Amino acid sequence: MIIATNVQKKFGRLVALDSISLSCNKGQTIALIGPNGSGKTTFIKCLLGMVIPDSGFITVNQENIHRTWEYRQHIGYMPQISRFPDNMTIEQVIDMVRDIRYKPGQQLDEELIEAFDLTRMYGKRMRTLSGGTRQKVSACLAFLFKPDILILDEPTAGLDPVASEILKAKILKEKAKGKLTLITSHVLSDLDDLVSELIYLQEGQLRFHESVAELQKKTGEAKLNRVMAQIMLQKTAQR
Amino acid sequence: MIRLLYIIICAQLVVLLPAQAAEHLVKSGESIQAAINKASKGDLIKVMPGTYRERGIIINKQLVLQGIGYPVLDGEKKYEVVTITADHVVVQGFEIIRSGYSSMDELAAVRIKQASYVGLRNNRLRENFFGIYCQHASFSLIANNDITSTGGSELEAGNGIHAWKSDHLVIDGNFISGHRDGIYFEFVTESTITNNKSHRNIRYGLHFMFSHQDIYTNNTFSENGAGVAVMYSRQVTMIRNHFLDNWGSAAYGILLKDISDSYAAYNEFSRNTAAIYMEGSSRLTIFANQFLQNGYGIRIQASCDNNVIRKNNFIANSFDIATNGSLVLNSFNENYWDKYEGYDLNRDGSGDVPYRPLSLFALIVERNNSAMMLFRSPMVGLLEKAEKIMPGITPEKLKDDQPSMKPFPL
Amino acid sequence: MKKIIKYSLLDILRNRVILAYTALLAVVSISLFMMEDNPAKAVMSLMNISLLIVPLVSSIFCTIYLYNSAEFIELLVAQPIRRSRLLWGVYLGMITALLIALIMGIGLPLLILQPTVSGLSLFLTSAALTIVFSSLATLSAVLTRDKAKGIGVSLLLWFYFTFIYDGIVLLVLFQMADYPLETTMIGMSMLNPIDLGRIGMLLQLDISAMMGLTGALFQDFFGNGFGAILVILVMIGWMTIPVLFAIRRFKNKDL
Repeated sequence: MIIATNVQKKFGRLVALDSISLSCNKGQTIALIGPNGSGKTTFIKCLLGMVIPDSGFITVNQENIHRTWEYRQHIGYMPQISRFPDNMTIEQVIDMVRDIRYKPGQQLDEELIEAFDLTRMYGKRMRTLSGGTRQKVSACLAFLFKPDILILDEPTAGLDPVASEILKAKILKEKAKGKLTLITSHVLSDLDDLVSELIYLQEGQLRFHESVAELQKKTGEAKLNRVMAQIMLQKTAQR
Repeated sequence: MIRLLYIIICAQLVVLLPAQAAEHLVKSGESIQAAINKASKGDLIKVMPGTYRERGIIINKQLVLQGIGYPVLDGEKKYEVVTITADHVVVQGFEIIRSGYSSMDELAAVRIKQASYVGLRNNRLRENFFGIYCQHASFSLIANNDITSTGGSELEAGNGIHAWKSDHLVIDGNFISGHRDGIYFEFVTESTITNNKSHRNIRYGLHFMFSHQDIYTNNTFSENGAGVAVMYSRQVTMIRNHFLDNWGSAAYGILLKDISDSYAAYNEFSRNTAAIYMEGSSRLTIFANQFLQNGYGIRIQASCDNNVIRKNNFIANSFDIATNGSLVLNSFNENYWDKYEGYDLNRDGSGDVPYRPLSLFALIVERNNSAMMLFRSPMVGLLEKAEKIMPGITPEKLKDDQPSMKPFPL
Repeated sequence: MKKIIKYSLLDILRNRVILAYTALLAVVSISLFMMEDNPAKAVMSLMNISLLIVPLVSSIFCTIYLYNSAEFIELLVAQPIRRSRLLWGVYLGMITALLIALIMGIGLPLLILQPTVSGLSLFLTSAALTIVFSSLATLSAVLTRDKAKGIGVSLLLWFYFTFIYDGIVLLVLFQMADYPLETTMIGMSMLNPIDLGRIGMLLQLDISAMMGLTGALFQDFFGNGFGAILVILVMIGWMTIPVLFAIRRFKNKDL
């Protein structure tokens, strides 16, 4: 569903993405991992057209996304830090996005709104909300339009364990429907049982892209934490 | 003096009628000229209503020609309608229309030619080339005539009342509109112009050249193409006239060019591009006039000297004073300036700090016309404030040392 | 795009700044008409004030609002919306709000107290300047990432067009006093929307004759149909070109 070819992006002298090529397919749940500043968020922003690559191209559903916008109706995005217009209430934000994005006949997925019990807080203005509640609103918006592709940037950061579990359950449920999910997270333990593939970025370069099953076999570890630790060790040993 | 002259002329007109004057009646269809020819000196000819096309009536003897119910004398756009060549003639109560147009002769509705003691009263003049034309006339009265035309350009229209080489004329209570110049004086002396309204004439409301010792009072000159021009004259007195709405790129309330020893007082100047524009004028007294909402109050060129500008009101003018030189030979005193921001601590009614009526910007514009582009720019406002505090560019001596704190009741 | 205009307009109208701006304009215009017995003079004073305030408030307000609505823009950029439409929407929302404030603050008082051609042209000039300076502010907000810098650029632009430019014109006038400068001046007036607006207003307010007295070319140029159309076209250019640049830039901007 997503194919990136030689995607290159520089911010000034800093190379944020160094000819990244990868492909992600339907039904996969992919963890995008890497140290801080490795280009994860930049890559996601490239996917969303928020950052425009210097060279290379990205296709979503076989369409080059350069300077197009229609493809974004297949994407639900939950940003790392959710920022909303301060003066609007939760209800207004959800209504606004719905109003702007809604197409006649489209079915909406309000499961998360119910699960997080957001309706109870509908009247609150965004500036009064905690970071966690904002993340909840953000998550609800990402799932609202039943997109085929979900892009979740640090989804569990700031969420309480209950909410975190609700979100994970929702991701699993959507995965079962055959959707493509891209998740970045620092907390690898959160990603156990969720992800089927790992993409590892470092200093803007793609280090590897393999299935979790494969990696587990290679390293002999079950938990993602351990898997990654092993890989790191091997890499340093190679050097 | 005006009244005296008026009385003398009227008395002359009446007294000199012979006691046993005959009366002639001219009815519609009959000839006025025939009646004139038949009449003897001092007779009265009454003309009944109707239209008379006589190809030029010539009055060559002392007569009174009286229209009853405004009979129409029609010049058919070919002839001069009435020509007066004798003294002691009165023409009144006629409607005189369509005098001939010629680029060679200045054909008029009524011409006074080398005659004295002539009276033209209460006539209506319509669509004439020239209205009343005085040529070598003296001691004559032109009063209460209504003179209008709808002439086109300056070339196609003549003057409403045109006087040339005449003296002792009284021009009173006339209304003149649509002519080239409303009233035109050239080499006319010791005459008075009073209570006239000169409105919407193509060029000047009043045009005045080489005419000395004349007086004009209580006249209204409004919306004329270029206002009023008074040029090359001495000892002119202008009192209680109204100069209104002479607004245009070359319009003045009054243009004073080479005028000397004259007096302008109690006049009102409202909404003129430049209320007074003076050039080469000396020894003028401009006293107690009202300058309201003009573009310029007084544009006084450097060629003027020894003029006294005193006790006038300057209210809501864009520029009060403009001048093109730095030499100050004229005096400004005790005027009321609405832009004055000084104070009066000793409460004597005049401000304690002098007022400088020449704004920096007026000076800049005078030097470089294009600067008008910056009119009312905040930048210019700042510069003017600075200049007011520390005069550097505007002439130091151009100031009113005793500006009045309150407008004069004029 | 309509929906974006709707939402940003609703957002701005809830903003206290815009209410304060409306109140300020209304107080200034009503009190001027109350204090001044001569309504024509009141229009002149109102013109002086609005030529200062309207561009200043428009540019500062738009810059700050654009920075403050970064969240709104970020939220919507990830949605299936064309980017240019997003910025257009916010821009049109801003100018609609400012124009509503202008109508309430200057337009209505003028309509009630001074319904003349000069009143109308004062209102139209202010409206045009609102759009011009919103447009310039949008450009400076899009070009600079830093909020303080962006506001600084907007302020500087306002200061430049209000004061510095006229100073430069004066300087040129003095330096080149011996040359015929009328055409140059007409050209220079085109390069400053505030000057252009002011001259247009003055011609309406019958100062035209004075302009004519001092420079026939001015009168001929601004007074005739061709000049008027050119002035309107240049004004439209000032309104649209900066925002078009801003949108071009915004389309390629990394958020």
